[in-house]
Amino acid sequence: MSDTRDETPDYGDWEPVIGLEVHAQLLTESKLFCGCSASFGAAPNAHTCPVCMGFPGVLPVLNERALEFAIRTGIATGCTIPTRARWARKNYFYPDLPKGYQISMFDEPLAIGGGIDVETPAGTKRVRLTRIHMEEDAGKNIHDTDDAHSLVDLNRAGVPLMEIVSEPDIASAAEAADYLRTLRSLLQYLEVCDGNLEQGSFRCDANVSVRKKGDPKLGTRTEIKNINSFRNVERAIDSEIRRQIDLIESGGTVRQETRGWDADRGRTLAMRSKEDAHDYRYFPEPDLLPLEVPRERIEAIRGELPELPAARRDRFVEQYGIPDYDAGVLTARRDLADYYEAAVRTHPNPKALSNWVMGDVLRTVRERGLDEALVIRDWPVSAESLGRLVARIDDGTISGKIAKTVLEEMLASGAEPDDVIERKGLRQVTDAGAITGAVEEVLAANPDKVAEYRGGKDKLLGFFVGQIMKATGGKANPQAVNQILRARLGEPGTSSGG
Amino acid sequence: MSSSAPSTIDAASRALAAGELSATDLASAMLDRIAAVEPTVHALLTVTADRALADAREADRRRGAGESGPLLGIPIVLKDLFATDGIRTTCGSRILEHYVPPYDADAVTRLARAGAVLVGKANMDEFAMGSSNENSAFGPSRNPWDPGRVPGGSSGGSAAAVAAGECLGALGTDTGGSIRLPASYCGVTGLKPTYGRVSRYGVTAYASSLDQVGPFAHTVRDVSVLLGAIAGHDPRDSTSAPQPVPDYVAALTGDVRGLRFGIPAEYFADGIATAVEKSVREAIETLRGLGATVVDVSLPHTSYGIAAYYLIATAEASSNLARYDGVKYGHRAKRGADELLEMYRHTRDEGFGAEVKRRILLGTYALSAGYYDAYYRKAQKVRTLVRNDFRRAFETCDLILTPTSPGTAFRIGEKVADPLAMYLSDVFTVPTNLAGLPGLSVPCGFDEAGLPIGLQLLAPPFEEADLLRAGDAYQRATDFHERRPAEIGAASGGRSEASEQQSA
Repeated sequence: MSDTRDETPDYGDWEPVIGLEVHAQLLTESKLFCGCSASFGAAPNAHTCPVCMGFPGVLPVLNERALEFAIRTGIATGCTIPTRARWARKNYFYPDLPKGYQISMFDEPLAIGGGIDVETPAGTKRVRLTRIHMEEDAGKNIHDTDDAHSLVDLNRAGVPLMEIVSEPDIASAAEAADYLRTLRSLLQYLEVCDGNLEQGSFRCDANVSVRKKGDPKLGTRTEIKNINSFRNVERAIDSEIRRQIDLIESGGTVRQETRGWDADRGRTLAMRSKEDAHDYRYFPEPDLLPLEVPRERIEAIRGELPELPAARRDRFVEQYGIPDYDAGVLTARRDLADYYEAAVRTHPNPKALSNWVMGDVLRTVRERGLDEALVIRDWPVSAESLGRLVARIDDGTISGKIAKTVLEEMLASGAEPDDVIERKGLRQVTDAGAITGAVEEVLAANPDKVAEYRGGKDKLLGFFVGQIMKATGGKANPQAVNQILRARLGEPGTSSGG
Repeated sequence: MSSSAPSTIDAASRALAAGELSATDLASAMLDRIAAVEPTVHALLTVTADRALADAREADRRRGAGESGPLLGIPIVLKDLFATDGIRTTCGSRILEHYVPPYDADAVTRLARAGAVLVGKANMDEFAMGSSNENSAFGPSRNPWDPGRVPGGSSGGSAAAVAAGECLGALGTDTGGSIRLPASYCGVTGLKPTYGRVSRYGVTAYASSLDQVGPFAHTVRDVSVLLGAIAGHDPRDSTSAPQPVPDYVAALTGDVRGLRFGIPAEYFADGIATAVEKSVREAIETLRGLGATVVDVSLPHTSYGIAAYYLIATAEASSNLARYDGVKYGHRAKRGADELLEMYRHTRDEGFGAEVKRRILLGTYALSAGYYDAYYRKAQKVRTLVRNDFRRAFETCDLILTPTSPGTAFRIGEKVADPLAMYLSDVFTVPTNLAGLPGLSVPCGFDEAGLPIGLQLLAPPFEEADLLRAGDAYQRATDFHERRPAEIGAASGGRSEASEQQSA
C-alpha cells in the first residue's frame, strides 16, 4: 500500500500534528431529504425538485437508508452511537446553497469516539475519531461556461454526506494518506461510499500544525481544503508542514486560516483568515425531529456488519497460508477479496490463486479502469472460471505460460478455460514420442548450434528449448522438453554422442 | 350575494345537498360579493375567479356523480402563504410578488379533494410577521366592522374575508396568535390546532417550531368541518403527528356538563380592556350555566412568553428567510448584480419590508456566536417553563379560558410606530404556541365602539374535540357569532374617513 510513498520526510526537531476531516458521500439512491436521484453526471439541475431547490414551504424528510449507512460506519469504527442525535442548521449565504442554510449536525452528532487502525511501515497506528455526523451537500456554482452569468447546478444539493472527523493523531503526510486509504477501504467494505475522489464522493480537508518535538502544546493550525487525490494529500500536507516550519524559523507566526491546495504550483494558498470566518449561527433544525435511534436498531445494524478488512486480512494469512502482504492487497477491496475466496472455493490452491488475482487479474482490472467502481461488475472472468483455469495448470493440462494466453482469450470472449484450451488446441504435450520428434527436428535443423553447445556454450540450451516450444506451438510440457533435450544432447563440453 | 344566500358552511352544504343551490351559483355569488366589498376591505391579494368557477363546476359534476361531503362546493380563501400550483403566492411580500409555486401545499390538496372552491388568496402581514396586517407589502386589509381599524394579523385577510362574506371558510396560520387574534378582532371563529395536527408542507415558514395551519369560519361547527378535512399525518412533514383524526363534528354534542374550565389569573391582569374582561367574565357565567365547572389555575411564566417568543420565532425566521436571495425565484435587484454580496444586499433591501428586516436582524443577533446562550438557549428554557405551566394547569382542569387579546381592533396606524405595543396584542396567544397547544377563539361580545371581542379556549395537545365541543356549546347558548358587520361600502362617514386616510 506504500507504493506511491515518498521517502519519509525529515522535519528536523519539528513534529507535525495532523487531523483529517473526510466528507464521504453516502451511497444511497436518493438524496438525504427528498426523493431526487443522488447519482453523479446528469444534465445540470436534472435531479432537482422543490425540496432540494429550497422553494417556499418545502420540508425535509430523512432518507432512512442514509441514516443506516452512517450508523453502520459509526459501529464499524468503534464509535458510541448516542441515544439521541440532533439536526442543526448551518447558516450562510451562497448561490449553491438553496435554502441559505445547510442541514447538518452540530452539538449532538450521530457517532462519537472510536478510531481506525492504520497499517504503516512502522506498524499499526491507531487514529482516534472525534465524531461522525451527517449533512446534506451543496450544489455547484459554474463560472466558466457563460461570460455574463454564473450558473448554478443543484444536482448535488441535498446529496447525503457523512463527515468523519479524526483527532489530531496523525504525525506525517504519509500517515495521513495511509489513514485515508484505510478509511476509504473500510467505507467501501461497508458499501456506504464508493470512495471516488475524482467525482468528489470522498473528499478530505486537513488540519495541520507543527510543534517542537516534546512540546505538549499544540501549534496554531491551518485548514487545507480542495485536496482531490491521495498523492495530493501527501504533497499538500508536506508542503504545508514545511511552510509552517520555514515561517516559524524565520521569525514569523502561523495564522489560523483556511488554505487551498494549488496542485499546479505545489503549494497551499491562503483563502480566508479566522477573522473572516463565518459565524454559522447553528441552531437545532426545527423541521426535523431529534434522531432517537433505538438500541435494537443499532444492534440489528451491528449484526449485519460484513467482516471488516483488518479481520479479513488476518484470516486470509491464517486460513490460506498466504503472506501478510498478499492478504493486505487481496482484502483492500471487498469485491476483490470475495472474488479471491470464490476462486479458492472452486480450486483450493490459495497461493497460486493469490498470485493470479494480485497479478494478472488486478493489473487488467486497473488497465480497464474497472477498479473505479465500488464493485467490479464488468469483469468478464468469474472467480469460478479463474479457479478452473488454475486447476488446469495444476493437473498438467496446460503450462502456466499457456494459461496466460487462455486468460487473454477468456477476457476477450468470456469463454470457459476448457473451451479455450480445446478450441485453440492448447492442451500441453507431455507425450515423450511427440516431444522427441520435435527435439530431433530442431537439432537436425541447427547442427552448428549443436556443435557449439557441445563445445561448451551451455547457454544455447535455452535457444533449443525456445525452438522446440515454438515448433510445438508452446504446448510441450517444458519439463519434459528439458529432460529429453538434455538426454539427447548430453552434457555440454563433452563432445561425445552423435 | 343575495340576503337569502347561506353564510355558513353548514347552511350552504345543506342547500347544495338539497339541490336548492349549485356550487357554481354559490361561487358566482361570492365573486359578486368580493367585487362589491374588496375596494373597502382588501382582504384578498389575488381573486381566483377562473379557478373558483372551474372548481365549482367540478364540484357540481362530482355531486351529480353521486358524491357528497360537507365541503363539496364550499367557497374558501387561503392565506397567501399556502403554495398553490400555478397561482401566485406572495406571502404578502415584494420579494415574492410574482412568485408562482410549482406545487400545492398539503392542506390545499386535502381541501381540493374535499371539493372546496378556491375564490382567492388572502392578504397577510409580510411572511406572517405582524399583528395588524399593516405589514403587508400590498397595503393592509381592513376590519369589516370598521374599515378604519385593523383586522388583526397576521392572517388578517383570511379573517376579514370570512367576516365580510367573501367566502364561507378560510385557512390561516398561527405562529403566535395569527389566527386567534384576527378571529377575535373580526368577530369570527378561528382555531389554532395542536402543533403537528395539520401538515406544514407547502406553507411558507415563518417560525417552523411554532407555525401551525388552522381554519376560520363563522361557527365552531364550520371550523370543525374544515379541521376534519385538513388534519392528519403527512409523510412530507416530519413534524406532523401520526395521531388518528377523530370526527370533530360528531364531538359537538352541546354538552359541557362536568367539563372543568381553568381561569388563569395572569390573563386578567393590568392592561386588559374593561369591556373585554366584562365579556369574558360573562362567558364564564354562561358556561357555568350550561353545567361546566370553573376552577382557578396559575400560569406563572405567562409574562415571559412574549420575550421568549420574539427570540425563538425571529431566530428561526432569520434562517427560514435566507432562501429569498434573488438567485432562484422571486425578486432580484437590478443594481449591484455584478457582485454577489451586493446582489444579496440590494435584493433583500428592496424585497423585504421594515418589520421583516427588524425580525431577521433580531433573530440573527439571537443566534450569533457569544449571544446564543444568553438569548436563544435561554428562550428555549423559558419555553420549557411555559409548557410545564400548562401541563400543571391541565392537571386540575380540562380546558383553559382566557380573553384572546387584551383589547379590540385598533386603528390603522395606531401602533405602527411602537412595535412593542403591537407585540403585546399577542400576550395571551403566544404562550399557546410556545407550548404547542390547540387554541380556539370565538366571538363573545362587543365593546363600546361595537367592535368584536374574542374568547380564547385552550386544551391539552390533540384535545381539539373537547375544545370544539365547548366552543360549540357556547355558540348554541349565544348569538355573537351570528352578528354581521353593517353593510360594507354603505359605511358611516367616520369609517370612510378613516379608510381614506389610510389609503392616502
